[in-house]
Amino acid sequence: MAIVLEAKALNKTFGAVTAAKDINVAIEQDAIVGLIGSNGAGKTTFINMVTGYLKPSSGSIDFGGRDITPLNPRQITRLGICRSFQIPQLFNSLTVYDNLLVGIGIVVSGGKQWSQASHHTGTPQEAVDGMLERFRLTEYRDKLAGVLPEGIRKLLDIAMAMAVKPKILLLDEPTSGVSADEKFTLMDMVMEAVSAQKVTVLFVEHDMEIVNRYTHRVLAFYEGRVIADGAPAAVLGDIEVRKYVTGESAHAAH
Amino acid sequence: MKHARTLPVLIVIAVLLLAVGPFLPRWALFLVTVSLCYGIVVLGMMLLMRTGVVSFGHGLYYCLGAYAAGTLDQVYKVSDMAVMLVAAIVTTAVVSGAIGFLLRKYRDIFFAMLSLAFSMILYGLLVKTSALGSSDGFNIAASKIAGITVAGTGSERYVRYALTVVFALVSGIFMHRYLNSHMGRLAEAIRDNELRVEYMGASVRNVIHVNYMISAVLAGIGGALAAIAVGHIDPEMAYWTTSGEFVFVGILAGTGSVLAPFLGAFIFETIRSFAYEYSPNTWQMALGITMLVVIMFLPGGLWSLFVRKRKAA
Amino acid sequence: MAQLLAVLIDGLIYSSWLFIIAVGLTLIYGVMKILNIAHGSLYALGAYSAASLAGYWLKQGYPPMGSYAVMVVAAILVGLIAGPIIERGLLRFMYGKDEIVLVLVTYAVFLILEDAVKLIWGVDPYFIAQPYGMLGNFSIGDLTYPNYNLVLFGAAVLIGVVLAWVLTKTRQGKMLLAVIHDREMSGAMGINVGKVYFITFTVGAMLGALGGALTAPMISVQPGIGAETIVLAFAVVVIGGLGSLPGAALAAILVGIVRAAAVHYRPELDLFSIYLVMAVVLIVRPKGLFSAQEARKI
Repeated sequence: MAIVLEAKALNKTFGAVTAAKDINVAIEQDAIVGLIGSNGAGKTTFINMVTGYLKPSSGSIDFGGRDITPLNPRQITRLGICRSFQIPQLFNSLTVYDNLLVGIGIVVSGGKQWSQASHHTGTPQEAVDGMLERFRLTEYRDKLAGVLPEGIRKLLDIAMAMAVKPKILLLDEPTSGVSADEKFTLMDMVMEAVSAQKVTVLFVEHDMEIVNRYTHRVLAFYEGRVIADGAPAAVLGDIEVRKYVTGESAHAAH
Repeated sequence: MKHARTLPVLIVIAVLLLAVGPFLPRWALFLVTVSLCYGIVVLGMMLLMRTGVVSFGHGLYYCLGAYAAGTLDQVYKVSDMAVMLVAAIVTTAVVSGAIGFLLRKYRDIFFAMLSLAFSMILYGLLVKTSALGSSDGFNIAASKIAGITVAGTGSERYVRYALTVVFALVSGIFMHRYLNSHMGRLAEAIRDNELRVEYMGASVRNVIHVNYMISAVLAGIGGALAAIAVGHIDPEMAYWTTSGEFVFVGILAGTGSVLAPFLGAFIFETIRSFAYEYSPNTWQMALGITMLVVIMFLPGGLWSLFVRKRKAA
Repeated sequence: MAQLLAVLIDGLIYSSWLFIIAVGLTLIYGVMKILNIAHGSLYALGAYSAASLAGYWLKQGYPPMGSYAVMVVAAILVGLIAGPIIERGLLRFMYGKDEIVLVLVTYAVFLILEDAVKLIWGVDPYFIAQPYGMLGNFSIGDLTYPNYNLVLFGAAVLIGVVLAWVLTKTRQGKMLLAVIHDREMSGAMGINVGKVYFITFTVGAMLGALGGALTAPMISVQPGIGAETIVLAFAVVVIGGLGSLPGAALAAILVGIVRAAAVHYRPELDLFSIYLVMAVVLIVRPKGLFSAQEARKI
């Protein structure tokens, strides 16, 4: 499988704090990868660097063979890497419909730079209605984003990331803030929408059940380093991961 | 008011104004003309507010538009209204294009203060320029329109009035369509969440720059038309308190519809004319109190009185 | 050489004045995050009150040196009366709204007070020149200046030093600094933020009025001085960094010297040299000379 995203020797320090240390990761096309680690381990920092929000202190990031390290979020989005956020970043005074319409409108007005095959058919309005259906948001169509329940806000946030035709989708804690019984429904919906297009997915998760069920590969972070990288079963069973991330050995000791 | 009805209403009002014009007393004609000029400027302020920025320096472009018109008359002896308006548009577009490169990096207080600074720079320059009358300014007389001489025909006032009505209509239609297009939605998205906009691939700064230029050109048109109507220009047009008036009318009107700025401007001008005549030392106080009332009880501006909330969950 | 010296002295005099008019504004912004346009009105109220009261004092034949004390007392009174009325009577209901909305509220107050001044004192100018000339002059080489300018300079230094001391060495001052850093956290720690706001605004109002009072002998006190002054105060505050006292001092010095240079070498730039400085500084340091770090958002 072709390597679509590669991080080489990434380091990031903020003064005395090391948020990322010597991260070397190669992601294959169409992979579904889980990023796990306790708070502050460096997962969101990694996503922020890949999407251009933070510049690494050293190291580089390649996307499809091209060095994207110096680029800003807008440029990286236009190349095809999109993300959703831990705290949903929506346009609160616009309706759900308009939130998505803005995204599709940006794609449409992007013209030549977004030349890969369009995932959206028909008019922008039809594309939005299609997305609303796919994400089961149709009933919220005319509601203002600012007054939606948290789970729906997360869903909209992810839908917006999908609206701009990503090749790589980065989801930052997609099920956090979502109630336990809704988590699987949400992830099922997202994965279904994703598999309809050729998208590589990386998502940060704290819920190991979700990680187990949806990923092919797991990266475990601890204090800025990647301490394990492999199939979910292997990584989740790894002694260091159990010690530093999932906390199972601590519980087992009792 | 549903926005689908806005355009017909605009056109109807414009036609009515044109029809009624010849029968209006002079003071009414003047009041409407000046209100429309202010309304055009505030259309631009409304666009900026929808984009999430407040300019405290639009007097810069209002003044530039007026002085572009005036200089043509005073210095080059060209007193054709059409040429004056073209000059105003070009001047304000160029200046806002240049200044926009700097301003687009700022928001909130800094945007407001920097825009104020630029307007005060123009003010300072004009006050020290004796060739343009320093702080007294000078008179202008627009005697022609597109080559046709109107001065002395008896219908000059109507021509100026009609010209203003037409420009107000065109600006209103343009702004209405712009705000309901992708660019309009994008502006509001920027106001709500710039980060998200960048993360969806659009350049926030480019949009702000473009919208800033549009609002500047509108202010320039308003300034030139005001100069033509009033017949006199002075540096006070660039003073920060003039910019403050535009902000005031913007708040008063609200951002709900392109009709709002004109309504707000008309109310403002009416209060100003009457208050000034009967109690010149309290009209600012009246303005201030009105602003407080609007901010506290009508945060959507006067226009929110006309709109029933239809989108609340 | 003499010209350079003149630029330096003129510059420092102007800097002193700028610092005095700006320091209250930056203090209020730092603590309350409000850019108080009404500060210009407080300046005007201070000037008018000082002119009236000191004028009355001198006319009655009381000891002329007392007129200085009267001016200062006038300013303090203005601050103590107007400050609480504005803060408790209006602003306190607006906290929590957008920064720009609060600015517009203070703009509305400014408009109201501009007319209030006209209603109380009329539109004719007041002159109270005696305190300006009473102290005699000093000379450096060929240059002669009224000693009153030394008073201005001394006042600026005194205000700066006292504020710095209060903010860093006293308990109340440190609480103020805590609120400047993080309003929510300070409240959570038990600091009475409402009381801090009240005190800050009143002190800021007094400082604004003091600026006007000290300036009154140097100008003709008339409608419009508030509007002229507030834009200059803004510029100083923005250049120095919103909420920074050392920033305001440094900005005042910078602007003062640049303007003095403009007056001597390029008089046509005089009126807006301050805005040129602002534009240049903001290009190099987008948030002003001293600005706070911002935390990560996402």
